Amino acid sequence: MWQSVFSLVMVTLTIKISIPYILAAIGGTFSERGGVINIGLEGMILNGAFCAVLATWYTGNAWAGVVAAVIGGVLTALIHAVVSIRYKADQIISGVAINLFAIGITKFILKMVFHSSSNSERVVGLPFWKIPVINKVPVIDTIFSTPLILLTLIIIVASHIIIFKTSFGLRLRSCGEHPQAADTLGVKVNLMRYAGVLISGGLAGLGGAWLSLDQHQFTDGMSGGRGFIALAAMIFGKWTPLGATGAALLFGFAEALQIQLQSAGVKIPTQFIQMIPYLLTIIVLTSAIGRAVPPAADGKPYEK
Amino acid sequence: MVREIAIEMRGITKRFPRVVANDNVDFGVYKGEIHALVGENGAGKSTLMKILYGLYQKDSGQIFIRGREMDISSPSVAISQGIGMVHQHFMLIPPLTVAENVVLGQEPRKGKIFNDTKKAIQDVERLSKKYGLKVDAQAKVQDLSVGLEQRVEIIKVLYRGAEILILDEPTAVLTPQEVEELFNIMRSLKEEGKTIIFITHKLKEVMEISDWVTVMRDGKVAGIVETKKTTKEELAKMMVGREVLLRVEKNPPQIRGVVLEVKDLEAVNDRGLSALRGVSFKIRAGEILGIAGVEGNGQTELIEALTGLRRLIRGKVTLWGKDITNASARKILESRIAHIPEDRHKRGLILDYSVENNLILGSHYRPPMTKGPRLNFKKISENALELIKRFDIRPADKEIQVNSLSGGNQQKTIVARELSRHPQLLIASQPTRGVDIGAIEFIHRKILEERDKGEAVLLVSAELSEVMSLSDRILVMYEGKIVGEVEPKKTSESDLGLMMAGAKSSDQVIRQSGDREFPDTPIS
Repeated sequence: MWQSVFSLVMVTLTIKISIPYILAAIGGTFSERGGVINIGLEGMILNGAFCAVLATWYTGNAWAGVVAAVIGGVLTALIHAVVSIRYKADQIISGVAINLFAIGITKFILKMVFHSSSNSERVVGLPFWKIPVINKVPVIDTIFSTPLILLTLIIIVASHIIIFKTSFGLRLRSCGEHPQAADTLGVKVNLMRYAGVLISGGLAGLGGAWLSLDQHQFTDGMSGGRGFIALAAMIFGKWTPLGATGAALLFGFAEALQIQLQSAGVKIPTQFIQMIPYLLTIIVLTSAIGRAVPPAADGKPYEK
Repeated sequence: MVREIAIEMRGITKRFPRVVANDNVDFGVYKGEIHALVGENGAGKSTLMKILYGLYQKDSGQIFIRGREMDISSPSVAISQGIGMVHQHFMLIPPLTVAENVVLGQEPRKGKIFNDTKKAIQDVERLSKKYGLKVDAQAKVQDLSVGLEQRVEIIKVLYRGAEILILDEPTAVLTPQEVEELFNIMRSLKEEGKTIIFITHKLKEVMEISDWVTVMRDGKVAGIVETKKTTKEELAKMMVGREVLLRVEKNPPQIRGVVLEVKDLEAVNDRGLSALRGVSFKIRAGEILGIAGVEGNGQTELIEALTGLRRLIRGKVTLWGKDITNASARKILESRIAHIPEDRHKRGLILDYSVENNLILGSHYRPPMTKGPRLNFKKISENALELIKRFDIRPADKEIQVNSLSGGNQQKTIVARELSRHPQLLIASQPTRGVDIGAIEFIHRKILEERDKGEAVLLVSAELSEVMSLSDRILVMYEGKIVGEVEPKKTSESDLGLMMAGAKSSDQVIRQSGDREFPDTPIS
């Protein structure tokens, strides 16, 4: 049993499971650094997953699916942005509404296009890239032969640089901390906040694409609470891309562990094993919550 | 010599839903002068300056900058015209560094995208050196003192190439020493040819630093005078529109027994850090005990502990010898301890309630304000009418919502309510913060009346002149401890300021001997 837990399979499994968490958690980081709480990540993942399958179904090209997922996520985020930035509505309520909306709209179109209320037809997935030499090394091979994992790697590094090393990042952070101050210095607060929320939608949508393309189909409600775990990862990662990645990997590991333990036939009721990731989330958050300080103006609509 | 005019505002009018904030205001400033803009709260000074800085849009009037008419539609227009504003509430982002705060919005870049952090730090250091601001460019703003934060604000403005600086009540949050340093900075800015508009209501400062003064009252200009040709009294009269007693007249105290005694109080603040570290003192009937100190040195926690709003970890509080340590707020209130809280919006009033209802808070649950389970509306109304009259709350309307009253009248509402309970101890925290001179005078008189009636008064104020003029004894708080006790008549404001900054103990300032009845009063 321990062999199966501490194996290379386990490492690749952890990475694969973590991808949507990482993408959505970094998305959440962009949104909240700008001052908008994004509970709607869950819905954005779901819509992204659905758009990916839909576009792949019609075009036969999984890359079109990836692009569609990002667009779907951004459009979903746009609703959240308009409601909470333009109309200054409560961001939690808007986020919850988006999650409910995503469940409904995906189910509706699923029924319309695929005549099923549970899942879509199977679609093609993304190709694997065979890179010489590297494809002999386990784990590394998985990372470099799977386009979306590679892309996620780039996004992690790029996000860190964007948030902490560029003017855009400095301005975005200033809007999340003290929008009045940013405004007096000529920073366009609302514009920055729109950018943060839309980026978060795009990344969450991409996370959704990973989910559905990996399984070659969309199943109803397939986001399965990943948006919320991603929020936890974002908080545990102290609203930084690198921290969020680390936290997402930890949650991914817990889930991989759960799968491995179940398939290894450990004599613990499966229900308890299935609790592992969620228990871990709760434990981590309660121990981290005291130290994690959100951006000061997170969740507060900006009024002049 | 013909002097160059930096700014001229003609016939500026600005209306808000309820008031006319600026009514046909003319305002002008020469280049290279320090021009004080004074007036009471609500006189329209901040509004006028916000119009100049583009934060508000004027309803009518014209603005000329260096002789050219300008339409200042936003702060960025003002900044491009060389106007910079240091706001009363600092516009700084605590988790960011000084350099990041300064360059935000106009970051030096490496290439097109990346911030040039090195250049930002160099720029800040250069400005800091040039004007003697002494700020560490790489420090995080959250670790700076209020005085340093203000300098970061000044650097921010200079970084944007400001020639005309608007300082909105810059001294309100500073210790006397910090004020002196600020004035030195202002002088060196003036020498470099910068123009400074200095908004304040402290007339002493006006006399010390400014070249010209514009006085505003009720949204209009009440006078423009050259500083050396006027006096504090004349300015005060212009501000209020009548003669004002600038000095508090008081009788010698008639002191009787010890009302409240506190011993070795210890408490933590909201962040769980030690805020009170062994505070002991006594207050006697018939005296006003002042507590001076820079804000954030434990005064807030001390008051909260005494009024039942914060738990003491250690120590003992006795009222007339009876233990009331960690008693509930209601029990303390029923022991006839009255409390004027430091933040009237947070703790003093329910803003959406009428004046009448605010006047019974704390007495609302017992006769005579109740009759059985019901409120006694007749009594409540009588109570309101009487207090409104006695404390001159304007407008004299018991039904009006408290949030539509001016700051001074809101404060009078609290004072009226608290004093109507016939306290034996009055705890007054920042009793005149943000209220106009007229109301300050009134509230001071009421506090002195309580003392003369033989009550004990504990006064906490960040306004040094207030503590100095009202108190019979002053304790100085620094980092959660009482670092000294002084007699106001025998101490200068600057000595007190040094003690507040932790630089001196009362032993060094003066050794107050005389009839010391309290050998146990700790001198840290």
